[in-house]
Amino acid sequence: MQNMEALPYFPGCTLKQRAAGFDRSARDVFSALGSPLAELPGWNCCGATFPLTVENLLDLTGPARILVSARAEGTRLAVACAACYNVLRRTNHLLRTDAEKREKVCLFIESEYDGDLEVVHILELLHREIGCGHVRQALRRPLEGLRVAAYYGCLLLRPAAEVGFDDPESPVLLDELLAAAGAAPVSYPHRGECCGGYLAVRSEEAALEASKRVLMAISAAGAEVVVTSCPLCQYNLDRRQAAIARQEAGFRPVPVLYFTQLLGLALGADGAGYRLDEHHVDPRPLLKERGLVEG
Amino acid sequence: MKVTLLPEGLRPALQQRVEEASGQNVLACYQCGKCSAGCPVAGVMDLLPNQVIRLVQLGLVEEALTSQTIWYCAACLTCAARCPKGVDLPRVMEALRELAMERSGDHLPPDRLPAEALAEWPQQAVIGGFRKYTW
Ligand code: SF4
Ligand code: SF4
Ligand code: SF4
Ligand code: SF4
Repeated sequence: MQNMEALPYFPGCTLKQRAAGFDRSARDVFSALGSPLAELPGWNCCGATFPLTVENLLDLTGPARILVSARAEGTRLAVACAACYNVLRRTNHLLRTDAEKREKVCLFIESEYDGDLEVVHILELLHREIGCGHVRQALRRPLEGLRVAAYYGCLLLRPAAEVGFDDPESPVLLDELLAAAGAAPVSYPHRGECCGGYLAVRSEEAALEASKRVLMAISAAGAEVVVTSCPLCQYNLDRRQAAIARQEAGFRPVPVLYFTQLLGLALGADGAGYRLDEHHVDPRPLLKERGLVEG
Repeated sequence: MKVTLLPEGLRPALQQRVEEASGQNVLACYQCGKCSAGCPVAGVMDLLPNQVIRLVQLGLVEEALTSQTIWYCAACLTCAARCPKGVDLPRVMEALRELAMERSGDHLPPDRLPAEALAEWPQQAVIGGFRKYTW
């Protein structure tokens, strides 16, 4: 499917700051495939976590405002950050299914919202709409058997009834997309398990406990690179490797990229603005060796 | 430990508050332990997730409130996805965190976060942390 209309897109605050390389590469991927992303005007932060107590409506007002602005642009909103996706998708689900809460939240933000909006993750768009076939045809630098560990984390998958993204216990979307780009995704356990999320803010030890299990599995599977669609997964999995290497003699560090960085390079982007130098485990030697970046 | 079973209507007030805030029936839990078996941070918790809900079932909410586990829960929803009784344990954890902070204030006051870390963390971690650790 080519030359689709520009798609309303919510980058979120992390993609404007620490994860600017994710934002830039996501835009590259969609432009290369003929469906450019169009940033939603006047967006605000979604709050990063979906409130779990039933009367906490205040924390729904941020994401509800985003949904209202997106509805003014059309009936779909594309999201790249897995956390924003989770929060926006769950909020949308709640506002659609609970009329009483919708009314209260709408009164509070002084807006009307009919719920007729679909929040979609860019992985779903690439895989299910643009299609793996189109990705394959548009490749400029196929990934040629690159052993990639596709890491899903929690926020794309749970709660399955609300996000409905993929099979929560054995997701395949990201693996299939990478395979279409020529990579050889490795099979490993814990691909949908938590990396520790925001726990690092309070306890390094807890964050390490969660990330280590995932990273040990990835390393044991012989992956050359890990890809994710969440800035917090990227940070946790990347940042903790130095500590793990000190604890585990056999641990081999693996660079952690956003899946769009790898896909963008495969589709011919030059990597400008990908901020590869800011990653803790330097991905550049691998990318140069594979002819994906100049060097 | 002396356990007294109370008739309906005489449930401890704090237990009721946790149930209302979380929207969960804590008595539905039959203590199979599946939540704890798959919890990615169980290794650093002082009480296992199923032990926290057990305390709430017994009306020993005060004990649950002093547990470190409620702060270690990453709200990853793994346990909620797997519970055979459909208990959404992360909602119970959040209700307990709220109750604890209602009494003692912010668990992690923002001004105590180190400047170097703030410069390094993704915005999402900081905002998520504020949502979970401040009141
Ligand atoms: S999840 Fe994060 S990065 Fe995304 S907008 Fe919300 S707070 Fe910001
Ligand atoms: S894997 Fe980590 S950051 Fe990613 S979604 Fe889970 S807790 Fe969040
Ligand atoms: S998995 Fe569910 S039923 Fe089993 S102990 Fe945990 S909360 Fe209780
Ligand atoms: S939601 Fe909390 S208790 Fe449940 S598995 Fe995740 S970290 Fe453990």
